[in-house]
Amino acid sequence: MANVEELQQLATQIRRDIVRMVHGANSGHPGGSLGCADFFTALYFDVMKRKPGFDMDAKDEDVFFLSNGHISPVFYSTLARAGYFPVSELATFRKLNSRLQGHPTTHEHLPGIRIASGSLGQGMSVAIGAALAKRHNGDDNIVYSLHGDGELNEGQNWEAIMAAPNFGLNNYIATIDWNGQQIDGPTKEVMDLGDLEAKFKAFKWQVLVVEKGNDIASIIHALGEAKKLLVNNVPVVILMKSQMGYGVDFMVGHHEWHGKAPNDEQLTSALNQLHNTGEFADY
Amino acid sequence: MLKDTIKVQNEKETRAGFGEGIYEVGKKNKDVVVLTADLAGSFKLEPFIKDFSDRYHEVGIAEANMIGMAAGLTIGGKIPYTTTFANFSTGRVYDQIRQSVAYSNKNVKICASHAGLTLGEDGATHQILEDIGMMKMLPGMTVINPCDFNQTKAATIAIADYQGPVYLRFGRPKWPNWTSVDGSDFVIGKAQIMSEGTDVSIFACGHMVWKAIEAGLALEEKGISVEVINLHTIKPLDTEAIIKSISKTKAAVTVEEHNIWGGLGESVAHVAAANFPVPIELIGTKDTFGESGTPEQLLEKYGLDAPHIIAAVEKVLARKNA
Repeated sequence: MANVEELQQLATQIRRDIVRMVHGANSGHPGGSLGCADFFTALYFDVMKRKPGFDMDAKDEDVFFLSNGHISPVFYSTLARAGYFPVSELATFRKLNSRLQGHPTTHEHLPGIRIASGSLGQGMSVAIGAALAKRHNGDDNIVYSLHGDGELNEGQNWEAIMAAPNFGLNNYIATIDWNGQQIDGPTKEVMDLGDLEAKFKAFKWQVLVVEKGNDIASIIHALGEAKKLLVNNVPVVILMKSQMGYGVDFMVGHHEWHGKAPNDEQLTSALNQLHNTGEFADY
Repeated sequence: MLKDTIKVQNEKETRAGFGEGIYEVGKKNKDVVVLTADLAGSFKLEPFIKDFSDRYHEVGIAEANMIGMAAGLTIGGKIPYTTTFANFSTGRVYDQIRQSVAYSNKNVKICASHAGLTLGEDGATHQILEDIGMMKMLPGMTVINPCDFNQTKAATIAIADYQGPVYLRFGRPKWPNWTSVDGSDFVIGKAQIMSEGTDVSIFACGHMVWKAIEAGLALEEKGISVEVINLHTIKPLDTEAIIKSISKTKAAVTVEEHNIWGGLGESVAHVAAANFPVPIELIGTKDTFGESGTPEQLLEKYGLDAPHIIAAVEKVLARKNA
């Protein structure tokens, strides 16, 4: 495992990027992005096997799909910090002629992106297809995906959730960002997901729950356990209890920050809370 | 003249052409993978499943998931063919195709049987008449509607080597089969001239090419020189062939098993309007749903049979000569 303290510093830098990007564009989705910064840091800087450079086919490396594409700020920052494209390009987020569209796309050929997402509920199907492609190619690397909990309202997810175990996938780990919030309010009030753990189990998945979804060590541990479970030829889902807006006190746990940009004052307040103590610098 | 050039070999289902084509291309190209949403039998997939079971995925009645899976399979270099009825291949999964396939520029081959009125007795829930329009509006999507068994087989094979998303549309019933057995007369994006003529151009796609030929044969009897052109590729459209033909005939009729709004006729009319305006009549369903019946009954009732095409030709000729 990489040094957790260093990873935390990196996650803080990614959070700084997120609030600055959303402020700079005066639009975007900071809440879920901040909540998943620890997951992205763990995945890209510790867990995933990645080749240098980028090619669409992702042969002989792990691959990740973001299904809830609106948290593009955390994805873009992570990809830039991982070296897929210059960090300076983060300043173009959501602006005209940018490769960093409001929602991720392959259309602008941004390295690191392999599918467009934004219209919700499509990512798990894509991930299953990519996992099958790896099987066809004799490539034993792993496919990861991330989905919002509110996103699970979309029916296509349940087609995919039904299908994945039936294909006997031994190379697929899905994670649900279980922050309990969606645009109109708490998921329990908008469309109650009920017992999510029991639902996945009923669909024949192996389920892990991460109680501390903003603790990098816990996330890394869970992803490691998930990999071990793949030996059973059954996909694994990690239900990750993150907090929307984590790291910025006035955003934490408030669904209002799903898709709202901070004003100048709020940006200053947020950045003051996200101390840049490591070797990283703002774009 | 059509009476000299058209030799019907037999009557076969276009979807059976897909079944033969997918087996051949599967044998040749190990990256070809087939997915079906519980319709393996309708697509005559049995030989493919028997010999290439490791490259076949049954996804159940879950078309949205199938389209997404196909997009994912391209990441890793596979060439996925999805198979379900035309309605469930397009309308049901439009957003999945739009985002995960077209906008993501994935090399997915969306293969759709039971298109149009000629699926017959199942009725309007299954008779999609809007699919060409939906698919042609998607940037980067290629749209192909071959005319008979041989051509469907040829198209099924050809799209494997054609980079990018493709919508391949065909049908259910047995239908006259006359194009070349080896498919050598089929080129994606290239209009196929069935007969050269000077009085009127009839542009058609899919099953309706045969109806255009039937009408053309009758018109030839009346001494009218008919140019029948098979526009099997609706997008990208062979505009050069259209302009060349209407520049000569100065009158056109389009025929398709589809709503006249959004289909082939609209595309042809646009080419004419922008380049060489001539009188045009559009044959297709007129902004309506279908219903149960036999294919022939439906084509007659909805105005897509040979007598209706002949009437349309007479109408454009009258305008041209007015």
